[in-house]
Amino acid sequence: MADYETVQHDVLVIGAGGAGLRAAIEASAAGVSVGLVCKSLLGKAHTVMAEGGIAAALANVDERDNWKVHFADTMRGGQYVNQWRMAELHAKEAPDRVRELEAWGAVFDRTQDGRILQRNFGGHKYPRLAHVGDRTGLEMIRTLQDHGVHQGIEVHMEHTILSILKAGDRAVGAFGYERERGRFKIFRAKAIVLATGGIGRAYKITSNSWEYTGDGHSLAYEAGAELIDMEFMQFHPTGMVWPPSVCGILVTEGVRGEGGILTNKEGRRFMFDQIPENYRAQTADNEEEGWRYCQGDKNARRPPELLTRDHIARCIVREIKEGRGSPHGGVYLDIAWIKQKLPNAADYIKRKLPSMYHQFKQLADIDITEQPMEVGPTTHYIMGGIHVDPDTQMSRVPGLFAAGECAAGINGANRLGGNSLSDLLVFGKRAGEFAAKFAKDNSLGEIDPPQADKIDMAAREALQPFERSAAENPYLVQRDLQETMQDNVGIVRNETEMKSALEHLRTFWERANRAGVTGHREFNPGWHTALDLKNLLTVSEAITRAALERKESRGAQFREDYPNKDERFANLNTMISKADDGSMKVRLEPLPEMPDYLKRVVEDNR
Amino acid sequence: MNATFKIWRGDASGGAFRDYTTEISEGMVVLDAVHDIQRTQAGDLACRWNCKAGKCGSCSAEVNGIPKLMCMTRMSDLPLDEPITVEPMKAFPIIKDLITDVSWNFEVKKKIKKFKPRPPDARDGTWRMAQEDIDRVQEFRKCIECFLCQDVCHVLRDHQMHDKFIGPRFLIHVAALEMHPLDTEDRIEELRNAQGIGYCNITKCCTKVCPESIEA
Ligand SMILES: Cc1cc2nc3c(=O)[nH]c(=O)nc-3n(C[C@H](O)[C@H](O)[C@H](O)COP(=O)(O)OP(=O)(O)OC[C@H]3O[C@@H](n4cnc5c(N)ncnc54)[C@H](O)[C@@H]3O)c2cc1C
Ligand code: SF4
Ligand code: SF4
Ligand code: FES
Repeated sequence: MADYETVQHDVLVIGAGGAGLRAAIEASAAGVSVGLVCKSLLGKAHTVMAEGGIAAALANVDERDNWKVHFADTMRGGQYVNQWRMAELHAKEAPDRVRELEAWGAVFDRTQDGRILQRNFGGHKYPRLAHVGDRTGLEMIRTLQDHGVHQGIEVHMEHTILSILKAGDRAVGAFGYERERGRFKIFRAKAIVLATGGIGRAYKITSNSWEYTGDGHSLAYEAGAELIDMEFMQFHPTGMVWPPSVCGILVTEGVRGEGGILTNKEGRRFMFDQIPENYRAQTADNEEEGWRYCQGDKNARRPPELLTRDHIARCIVREIKEGRGSPHGGVYLDIAWIKQKLPNAADYIKRKLPSMYHQFKQLADIDITEQPMEVGPTTHYIMGGIHVDPDTQMSRVPGLFAAGECAAGINGANRLGGNSLSDLLVFGKRAGEFAAKFAKDNSLGEIDPPQADKIDMAAREALQPFERSAAENPYLVQRDLQETMQDNVGIVRNETEMKSALEHLRTFWERANRAGVTGHREFNPGWHTALDLKNLLTVSEAITRAALERKESRGAQFREDYPNKDERFANLNTMISKADDGSMKVRLEPLPEMPDYLKRVVEDNR
Repeated sequence: MNATFKIWRGDASGGAFRDYTTEISEGMVVLDAVHDIQRTQAGDLACRWNCKAGKCGSCSAEVNGIPKLMCMTRMSDLPLDEPITVEPMKAFPIIKDLITDVSWNFEVKKKIKKFKPRPPDARDGTWRMAQEDIDRVQEFRKCIECFLCQDVCHVLRDHQMHDKFIGPRFLIHVAALEMHPLDTEDRIEELRNAQGIGYCNITKCCTKVCPESIEA
């Protein structure tokens, strides 16, 4: 093997968002040495962008709330294909994880009596989201980051991991490169936690940054782990649509939580037109009741703008398709209307939604305290990801753990807003705890000669783009891939389009293998883009194959060729893995049977 | 409509402005133009970004000589009849093109004493704080660590006193900790000595460039 710089830790955490930081903190608190790797600078991961809040049944605003209601809401939102055990742990442990942030210095908005304030969000029965205006993610990542650096976690910023190293079945390290200098590096570790986030860059219209190329999904898949629920891609109903340069940027659900309404060009609140059966009992049937709910009236039911994201996104698509959209191909989201109800509405909006106010004012010349916003669906979050043990977060590869958006199971077919930030904390902590335990129980694995050859091969492969002349432009391959996924595996799906997407993906693989770059290895975004293509292609194929396999519509997956829910799929998850011949294998796996006490919780909260 | 850019290209060993022309469409920001140039003319042009919405503080640079977030600088706010210059921040060592080595900031942060809360107020381990007592702390905690204020502060930029002065970003950080209703650590002595607050002569240049309009 060529000579590469090698670093060594007991636990290596890949990803420095909420999940990775929380895992690193926990592992380090358990007394093992921890290394933390991330592609951007510390504190810039996606978690920093989260706006609306963290879901936890603290019951500070409505004392009727408890873990059981949160659990039932999460399962209903996920259409019952969630891994029940993860949803249970999440609902039970989220309150402690939020309180812990306060002990580490986070400053959440307060209730009148000085406790952590909670706001309404889609699919949550009671006000449940702890928040800081609409910059909750910033508060969370900064708190974790500042707490973490004082614990002696060693951070390797601006490094990209290219592959997981194994000894036999077990994961024993990772291979990657420094982005700044372009040099390769080996990370040896006794246990590894993947916390790489999502895959939104596989689509053209997205709220996600360049980082979201599905690296963790793809690294785990290549290492032999399984991916679950990959067909379930969350399209957030409200992204910016105009001007073109900001298309896809998120408009937080917090706007609707504070009373914002959705209207079409005729001024009609179209969300009242279609309320799904399983939410009817909990949803207001008139505007007046909806407003009372937002004002905290405990006898009122929530407005239909706070139904789940999958449903709202589809209603918006329907309005646009049927010609009732706004001038730039969206619908209207109006918070300014609350002037009619509240004195000082403008101040209230600026205080509760400061970054939305700022974002629209600066990027779209819109004053949201006066005018409605134009919004449309944007690719936002992947429910699917690495299949893990619910308690320990270990994948089927010994020593390889996963947490956060790149892991899966808790959300089922649709995630409720706010459940991601709490998921990062609950399962980040668990992953850190069990990775540290694994590290204590096992010695450092050897990098054997076949692995060494693989490393050399990976390095050679990574450098090939520099040797190709008259090659494909990696940025253009990425763009074409995004268009294909957007058009063929988007909100509304069918077999013909998805099969054609698979054909296209094949040609993109060929083009990716011809991608070439100019310049040298030091901080070269063209090169980085070329290397990311493989991951994007892998996750795109996984999404498409899983979506083809699920011949029904459920949650975020809507198939116009199978427009209804199908009982046959009610207890099945899709599982993706790499077959021995290198091809992608899909199978259907029955859900674990829910124990009676949880079935009762679900029934009691119907 | 087209716009001409002069973008600084180079590394620690030196560099120069290079000209690029790209098409401008409605609503575009400087970061969009830089990305267009990267995609079509200069694949290896280095710049940092993440959120594209002023939330992460990655895309700091100097546009027409003024420290800015590229993602929040609208093309329509710039004079397009002359070339727009885009160059890296000056207070930090250059790595390549538009990116600088900001690691010093992370080292400074490490040395600031960690948050030390008073014992919980309630039996269940929680605290009570009134909203009006945290308004100002929250204001300071809006900082996205873009380091534009560090870039503009003459103590760092011109006098390079990185070893004596922690800069406006971290003065604000320490102030937020000091004003945190739960924090019990004494931070004043350190502010005066190790952190060098005395070097600040209240020019307020830092406030002017802050994308979060944080007022110290
Ligand atoms: C605009 C926006 C608003 C949101 N608002 C909310 C909200 O209000 N509430 C909520 O619950 N959820 C919200 N979400 C979703 C939530 O923010 C994300 O799901 C969550 O932050 C993901 O956290 P994570 O820790 O899993 O990953 P991230 O925070 O994305 O971190 C991933 C990390 O992995 C690193 N990484 C990736 N690949 C590699 C590699 N190959 N090598 C090395 N490092 C790598 C990255 O550099 C990064 O550090 C929002 C999302 C967006 C985009
Ligand atoms: S006020 Fe002037 S001297 Fe003081 S920190 Fe700000 S820029 Fe520096
Ligand atoms: S204080 Fe303002 S300018 Fe300085 S780093 Fe923070 S956000 Fe940026
Ligand atoms: S890209 Fe996040 S602040 Fe500009």
